[in-house]
Amino acid sequence: MSLVQKARLKSLWVLHYDCGSCNGCDIEILAALTPKFDVERFGIVNIGDPKQADVLLVTGPANRRNQRVLRNLYEQMPEPKLVIAVGTCASTGGIFHNCPNVLGGVDKVVPVDVYIPGCAVRPEQIIDAVVLALDKLAGKAPKEGEQ
Amino acid sequence: MDAASTIISLVLALATPLMGGVLAGVDRKLTARMQERVGPPLLQPFYDVIKLWAKKPMIASPLQPVLAFGYLGFALVAAGIVTFRQDLLLVLFVTALADICLTVAALSAKSPYSYLGARREFLSMLSYEPVMLLAYVAVFMVTGSFMVQGVLDYGKPLLLVLPAALVALQLVLIVEMKKSPFDVSGSGHAHQELVRGVYTELSGYTMALVEVGHWAKVATTLMVLSLFWAPNPVIGAAVGLTMFFISLVVDNSYPRLTWQRMLKTTWALGFTLIVLNIAALAAGGVI
Repeated sequence: MSLVQKARLKSLWVLHYDCGSCNGCDIEILAALTPKFDVERFGIVNIGDPKQADVLLVTGPANRRNQRVLRNLYEQMPEPKLVIAVGTCASTGGIFHNCPNVLGGVDKVVPVDVYIPGCAVRPEQIIDAVVLALDKLAGKAPKEGEQ
Repeated sequence: MDAASTIISLVLALATPLMGGVLAGVDRKLTARMQERVGPPLLQPFYDVIKLWAKKPMIASPLQPVLAFGYLGFALVAAGIVTFRQDLLLVLFVTALADICLTVAALSAKSPYSYLGARREFLSMLSYEPVMLLAYVAVFMVTGSFMVQGVLDYGKPLLLVLPAALVALQLVLIVEMKKSPFDVSGSGHAHQELVRGVYTELSGYTMALVEVGHWAKVATTLMVLSLFWAPNPVIGAAVGLTMFFISLVVDNSYPRLTWQRMLKTTWALGFTLIVLNIAALAAGGVI
């Protein structure tokens, strides 16, 4: 493994965008940063600047209003980048799936690498998903249906 | 100056980013410990910088790469001026040039957050540089020279003569390290107020350069603080590291202040402490 590859796996800066979730998943993302779960020990930092972020954590369903913002944030992130859909709403639209203004999961707008189902997700699941995303970054993602 | 000491000075100057990087790792580890977290590995800042360097460039304005190199370059020159035992005033001015590179890089991008961050960075410079300048003047009044060599030749520890000036320089160090309560212009971790303030529009390798330049700057300032116990380098380093540790304790105990409060605190407290120190020395007949 090259030094750059190792550095990429060890330093993941996170951008969190709320597409209009109920805040359940957002609170769990913040919980992952607290002393109990402490994701910074893996080098994961909530950076809040798309230009410096490696991972986009999206909560809530994509709708007609926020799709522009979501796409803009995704495009401002330099490669290599990952998108994680946090929670049922971000994955499929969840209970909002048949609302007239809702497009569905965030994968309708940006390509998603890892989906985390759950309402709300658990901090352990978020950490697990980020580890799975790291595998994808290292080029050893599990095959379809394996996970 | 013979060849051996020239090489030592050169190596020391080029090693300042490494020293600063390790200190940044210690900073993150200690901060995590103070918050009852485990914290990242010691070399985490280096992983961050290597990763940033390898990211696809996304340059917000064509001026930014030049200015990012300028920031690192001037920071290294400032480090060199200290290790070659030259003028303390020149260290201050070259460091100011590095800061101006950063602020102009932030101003060159059309972004309101970057712009606000740059204005606050200017205010940070305005709050710490005069205090630093006056502290160097106090050093001059005691040792009779602005040169680092002059401080080394003075023979006695400056800390015993200028304790209050060192307290004022502690404030300077906190502003320079961009730590709470004076981290108005931009800070890492989760204190996002202006996104990333002055760093908002920097990404990829420009951000990596600025990060390394900041390490060099902090290490240079700590080297200057170590001069306060110049006769013994080990105790000198201990003085510098103690002040580094105090900055971390303050960072973890205080919320961020507004820039007005920052300016008032550093000027009122910094100037008063140094002037009182000089007055006491003059009354005691030392100078």
